[in-house]
Amino acid sequence: MAINWFKYSAPTTFYGLAGKMIPWFAFSAAILFAVGLYIGFFIAPMDAQQGEFYRIIFIHVPASMMSMFLYMVMAGYAALGLIFNTRLSAMMASAIAPTGALFTVVSLWTGALWGKPMWGTWWMWDARMTSELILLFLYLGFIALHASIDEPRRADRAAALLAIVGSVNVPIIYFSVKWWNTLHQGATIKFSGTSMHIAMQQAMFTMLAACWLYAIAVALARVRSIILERERNTVWIAELPEVKQ
Amino acid sequence: MKKSSMLDLLVLVIRRDLVLAMRRRADVLTTLVFFVMVVSLFPLGVGPELSMLRKMAPGVLWVAALLASMLSLGRLFSADYLDGTLEQMMLAPQSLSMLVLGKMAAHWMVSGLPLVLMAPVLGLQFDMSVQALGVLIVGLLLGTPILSMIGAIGAALTLGLRGGGVLLSLLVLPLCIPVLIFGTGAVEAISSGLSVVSHLSLLGALLVLSFVFTPWVTAQALRISME
Repeated sequence: MAINWFKYSAPTTFYGLAGKMIPWFAFSAAILFAVGLYIGFFIAPMDAQQGEFYRIIFIHVPASMMSMFLYMVMAGYAALGLIFNTRLSAMMASAIAPTGALFTVVSLWTGALWGKPMWGTWWMWDARMTSELILLFLYLGFIALHASIDEPRRADRAAALLAIVGSVNVPIIYFSVKWWNTLHQGATIKFSGTSMHIAMQQAMFTMLAACWLYAIAVALARVRSIILERERNTVWIAELPEVKQ
Repeated sequence: MKKSSMLDLLVLVIRRDLVLAMRRRADVLTTLVFFVMVVSLFPLGVGPELSMLRKMAPGVLWVAALLASMLSLGRLFSADYLDGTLEQMMLAPQSLSMLVLGKMAAHWMVSGLPLVLMAPVLGLQFDMSVQALGVLIVGLLLGTPILSMIGAIGAALTLGLRGGGVLLSLLVLPLCIPVLIFGTGAVEAISSGLSVVSHLSLLGALLVLSFVFTPWVTAQALRISME
């Protein structure tokens, strides 16, 4: 039996599907957050060099990874929308942007909180922090451009082009600790094994999965609102039970 | 069509835009005066200590050049957009990317080149050494065309929007940060006795990359904005 993959690329069908999926993602995100924080704060041992302060890594690293990853996903959806002219892809791109910006802020914020006890300063103008800050500006530019164009179609396409142009920054952030010799420490998780204690790894990966699920749940909820807003004049929206009453 | 028609087209667009700019000389001068003024404000703001000014000079000059080029970007397509010329350009059988490249080149000659020529004078106000000034000029020569080219993408995307000017800066400035970093990095390198080759090579690489990609991206952005 051939599955029709394109069935859910229409806002009409995706709206219902997203509504069914949100509780699952949201619920598992909540559980994983609880588990990850518990392991991170109570089970993982103290770090030899950084003492208790290192525990902020369990929020900082997942948030940073998500901030870069979500930008790539957003740019990918934007490109899909631009190439195939699908409405839903563009809606997904604009649904992801605020969450991505949020993770970028969390990453910068926790980085500052971590930097104060470790390096003695809230902020250093080194390559990784600067490029993460640029990433935040790129997210804000995307949101601002989208918001200032009234016609949704033009807004989608213009913002999509901007997202694609901006995506050159993401590899620069990722490799910045390798290319420049900076204050920021190198990557802790590598493909060739890590230098971490096993409980620390568990906490980190649980938190990463939790952030991931949270991002999906929030993006789906947001895309549902965008669909409702954009299609408010259509018949199928008027016939939805939650709209009808 | 003749073989050289692409180049003819490029020359034609550049010449047309230069003539138009010369008819409205005030616009060109405003950008330049803005540049000079912003740079001159810094010694007044931070105090006239020469050792500090010497250290700040490349950064101040580069940031001022960046801001000054933002000022003139709004005009890159807007006049042609308002009087319908841009629509005709898009209907023309010739490549839109080439037309856009011509407009970028003309924009650089009008708003970038004067800044480069003015920079040594301002650099002397900051007591920069001759060597550092030379590197600054080379960096600006490589870097300001990139600012015009990246800026054109933003100008095309924000064409005809209300509050376009501020939005344009918000979109373009983050993308211009690498140019700023390598441009000032080169001057700092020569001041501390290091080689400037790596910074200038990276600037050159950025220039080549923008030269290849930005005209096409800008053309796409214009098509999106003009639908």
